[in-house]
Amino acid sequence: MTTGSSSNTGPTHKLVEAGVTLAIALFGVIVILGSLKAGINWGPEGPRAGFFPFYIGLFILASSAINLWHGLREDNDGLFAEWGQLRQVLSVVIPTAIYVGSMPFIGLYVASIVFIAWFMRWLGKYNWIIVLAVAFGMPIVTYFIFERWFMVPLPKGPIEEWLGL
Amino acid sequence: MEELVNLFHGFAVALQPYNIMLMVLGIVLGVIIGVLPGLGGANGVAILLPLTFSMSPTSAIIMLSCIYWGALFGGAITSILFNIPGEPWSVATTFDGYPMAQQGKAGEALTAAFTSSFVGALFAVIMITLVAPLVASFALQFGPAEKFAVYFLAFCSFVGLSKEPPFKTIAAMMIGFALAAVGLDSITGQLRLTFGVTHLLNGFDFLIAVIGLFGIGEILLTMEEGLAFRGGKAKIDLRVVLQTWKELPKYWMTSLRSCFIGCWMGITPAGATPASFMSYGIAKRVAKNGKNFGKGEIEGVVAPETAAHAAGTAALLPMLSLGVPGSPTAAVLLGGLLIWGLQPGPMLFVEQKEFVWGLIASMYLGNLVGLIVVLTCVPIFAAILRVPFSIIAPLILVLCAIGAYSVHSSTFDVMLMLVFGAIGYLLKKCNYPLAPLVLAIVLGDKAEEAFRQSLLGSQGSFGIFLSNPLVSTIMILGLIALFWSVIQEGYTRLRGTVAGPGSRAA
Repeated sequence: MTTGSSSNTGPTHKLVEAGVTLAIALFGVIVILGSLKAGINWGPEGPRAGFFPFYIGLFILASSAINLWHGLREDNDGLFAEWGQLRQVLSVVIPTAIYVGSMPFIGLYVASIVFIAWFMRWLGKYNWIIVLAVAFGMPIVTYFIFERWFMVPLPKGPIEEWLGL
Repeated sequence: MEELVNLFHGFAVALQPYNIMLMVLGIVLGVIIGVLPGLGGANGVAILLPLTFSMSPTSAIIMLSCIYWGALFGGAITSILFNIPGEPWSVATTFDGYPMAQQGKAGEALTAAFTSSFVGALFAVIMITLVAPLVASFALQFGPAEKFAVYFLAFCSFVGLSKEPPFKTIAAMMIGFALAAVGLDSITGQLRLTFGVTHLLNGFDFLIAVIGLFGIGEILLTMEEGLAFRGGKAKIDLRVVLQTWKELPKYWMTSLRSCFIGCWMGITPAGATPASFMSYGIAKRVAKNGKNFGKGEIEGVVAPETAAHAAGTAALLPMLSLGVPGSPTAAVLLGGLLIWGLQPGPMLFVEQKEFVWGLIASMYLGNLVGLIVVLTCVPIFAAILRVPFSIIAPLILVLCAIGAYSVHSSTFDVMLMLVFGAIGYLLKKCNYPLAPLVLAIVLGDKAEEAFRQSLLGSQGSFGIFLSNPLVSTIMILGLIALFWSVIQEGYTRLRGTVAGPGSRAA
């Protein structure tokens, strides 16, 4: 999947775009199936619950078909992104997924401290003093603004409970 | 004049010390949001919305709308100093703003940008003050068919006006409608499209979608580009400000024209970005030194900034008077109204006078405060931009997570936000517009309700949407907007100039 114009490799734009379009079309199919289950005809109180989303699903499917057609016909063999760039993106997505996934168990504060520290240390290569200052500073400031000042409770884990916050 | 009395009451509300404090806080936060990558106006307001749950609706909307003004101002700073448009509508500002900064005239460019923004906003607010009550009282007579026609017009203008391919706009919009339909059906009380997942009972909250699509998605895009900020220093002193102000009245014609373009385009959704480009384009064609545009002409900063800010402000007119937001940020504000228990739309002007006029008064004051804040604090805001991305990015991600969590105190929403972020990244890269998607999530239930109620009234006949002159006019305007690009192309082809590949609409 290399292109002549660029020395770097990566998935072509065409391929990714076709994939995205197909995913959208699949979403349209799911919407149509769900609507059929809810009922798309008229009931005693007028159009039933699936009536409106059914047509929405049809629209999604139809416009995806046209988008797919346009996308495949297009003379664009540029890259979607280089592998290196995608690696950069994944180096944010994966840790963020871990961060988000761990939040229900260890609470937002601890997860944030670890996440910020990891990000700054591995991607930013800062020395530990700055890393720790920001990693602890931000959640502490957040605690005071959200929980104390505006009284918005944030998820807490065992460590916060142990500290009695 | 009753409106004038109401407006003065509004000023009395907005001038309470607590509200002024919120105004300044909102502006400062807004500028920071506008300056930072990954934190646009819509996303910033969405993250901070939960903070306002404990405030009175009037104070809350004052703070949130000021964040919006601040973000509009902030976009100009990054465009001029760093050639990075903070918001899509500041792209046109980079054309002449950045060359000016490179020539060492950053101070002049910034002053011109801020002042024009202020002028544009002021013009739009005056228009809102005069027109909004009229539109609202007119809209009070709307039945479900007319309401649906207004939504139809709003969404059609998106398809016709946005620069993305029309079928991608339609696809994005329909995804939004489908997401809005998930969960409890408001008319029959039946569950739909949940596929047995209990987390989906209440459907998708658009705030989560906004934070994910705009916030996380933007961060991922920035990561991919591996952005390193290398920007000029900014210093504005009083002398430069006064000198620029002395020069600006020369461009009154450009200003006025841009104000009109901005107001007009701002009322229709997707307005601010095309407004800024259109205003720049016309100014370039009309101006005496138009051929110098792009090389650092001050008029090239005045035109897009005035139009963008006028459009951004005018976007609140349909939001307040019709319940149809003109921009994603206005949509988030509208979502806020719903959360505070207010019904946006014409009844607001009857039932919530204090709220509406407090908001309108705060627009006048907020923009004035904003102008002063940005003129005096530019060096500080520019310094924020020099903080490396590897520090900013995790902090923004954490903020997004906090914002997503606090909407419903649900960690499931935080995961959903990340999913929306990944989707936003892919859609944006594939040239799908995100604004109509978000607007459709916000308006989906209401549009569907209006649609089904109209059909119920007509026993299922679509004739109801053409049953009287009012509803027919709005529907036909909608169709014209929908086929706008096709009409335009047909027109140019008739004149025999262009015979390019036609994009045929179904």
